[in-house]
Amino acid sequence: MKSRYVIVGNSVAGINCIEGIREFDREGTIIVFSDEEILNYSRPLISYYLAGRLNEDALSFRDKRFYERNNINLFTGTSVRKIDIRTKIVYTDKGKYEFDYLFIGTGGKPIMPTISGIDKIKEGIFTFTKLSDAKKIKSFIEKEKIQEAVILGGGLIGLKCAEALLERKISIKIIELADRILPNTFDHLASEIIENKLKEKGCEVIKKNTIEKVHARNSKLKEVILSDGRKIKTQILIVGIGVLPELKIVENTEILRNRGIIVNEHMQTNIPFIYAGGDVAEADEFISEKKVVIPIWPVAARMGKIAGANMAGENKKYDGMFAMNSVEFLGIPTISFGMTNPPDSENYQIIKKVDVEKSIYKKIVIRDNTIIGAIYLGNIERAGIITGLIKNRIDISSIKHLLSSDNFGLLVLPEAYRKHMVKGEGIEV
Amino acid sequence: MVKNKIIIREEFCMGCRLCEIYCITQHSKTKDIIRTYKGKEQKPLSAIYVEESGHISFAIQCRHCEDAPCLEACLTGAMYRDEKTQAVLCNKEKCVGCWMCVMVCPFGVIKIDPENKRIASKCDLCTGSNFPACVENCPNEAIILVDENGEKIEK
Repeated sequence: MKSRYVIVGNSVAGINCIEGIREFDREGTIIVFSDEEILNYSRPLISYYLAGRLNEDALSFRDKRFYERNNINLFTGTSVRKIDIRTKIVYTDKGKYEFDYLFIGTGGKPIMPTISGIDKIKEGIFTFTKLSDAKKIKSFIEKEKIQEAVILGGGLIGLKCAEALLERKISIKIIELADRILPNTFDHLASEIIENKLKEKGCEVIKKNTIEKVHARNSKLKEVILSDGRKIKTQILIVGIGVLPELKIVENTEILRNRGIIVNEHMQTNIPFIYAGGDVAEADEFISEKKVVIPIWPVAARMGKIAGANMAGENKKYDGMFAMNSVEFLGIPTISFGMTNPPDSENYQIIKKVDVEKSIYKKIVIRDNTIIGAIYLGNIERAGIITGLIKNRIDISSIKHLLSSDNFGLLVLPEAYRKHMVKGEGIEV
Repeated sequence: MVKNKIIIREEFCMGCRLCEIYCITQHSKTKDIIRTYKGKEQKPLSAIYVEESGHISFAIQCRHCEDAPCLEACLTGAMYRDEKTQAVLCNKEKCVGCWMCVMVCPFGVIKIDPENKRIASKCDLCTGSNFPACVENCPNEAIILVDENGEKIEK
């Protein structure tokens, strides 16, 4: 009998789930539900769209042929309302569909802080996680001829939004609660290098502060008031302080969740025929060995792929899930892996190389002779080798002094690992 | 399907960099070695890394992995597997230079092309040839094509 697969969510986790299933099962039926109207788009690219660097068509990361080739029944603009685990049926706003295996990849939703007066405002406050957000911001700044903007949140979302608006010649004030920007991704020095670059571009960074109150005039945003009492006049506020798992469809079900939907190393929930992945899922992190939500693209992709394969009868595990990110800020490429800012302790060893003038910084974090984190800023060439060293827990005690060298490559690695990598499987042709 | 493979034998590599020279030539506009090196055109990046220190040297290019992490990490869908040759290729029109591929490639063999709009640059297997320029021009069999029994295949 053919398996019936239902996938909720058509972003990176859902799409990789399709690929995971189809690698092992060409026959089963696959239905994909997406609450977005368009075929698909890459969420991290919305800042490119807002900057005017990419048009809407260029945001799609799989074309129409992908769905045809994989024989997918895709329902866009369709929300899943309810999952009935007992009868194995999903209910959408258009009908009900039976499944044998279900994948939940509903992603995240923006965190909205409690700000006094926010409920009175109809125009001028935006979030920045979906294409529709970027479109609303774009048309608002064009209509109102916006020249100044306030962004709440100096993390990845806030900064990518700031960068896009800077390209539109809008001056920016970023408000960050921590004592530095990118507090979750970077260490102090890396944060400082990017902050200085932002300031160079005329961006003001206000730290250890948040927005307590907003004032409106005719339901339009007029000014924001910070926790230190400062008042900033602005017509636009973009809230980009992070995302939370979108758990609505698992409410009132027995699917276990904590911060996100809890999955095992097979991406399986507590209900054996229901899987989850991407920004909605909580799984074992490799370095801390705790269950966490890591809302980043490559992790979502891997989770989707593994889930799909397992739904099609394979027995795959996600080994080595840890945070990693590659983001360019104002022309400075950056890559970060795992734990970049460990606590002050003898258990951690840090290897660094800095050239602040050139905005080049490399940092490797070591624990028990293995790498558990790294920052590459400015020059990211060959950074991927670090991914392999972390994942394979390679003992780097003999090559510590070479990790930050300019000619770091496969050659400096411990001999057995080097030979394994170089000789490898070979390239099939 | 016959499973021929391109393999690297570091014990035979002399670090002569001919693979690099021919890779650059092959990917230049003229495909002519003299014009590539002495002409006015900007030389393309080599898609092969030659690493050398003391007695050890080897040349390594994209492994076109079966379970390629760059394919799934790509933000734009620019990275794709060619249906015919199974090579992992980068669609230069789609790439925006997000460097996710650079981050996840454990071989570290995807480069940033500074000239070409800052996009990813990598081995294309000379568009699916069984004898890419690096294989064809290695003088000491450090990069060779082998059959399923590991026997070297001559062109």
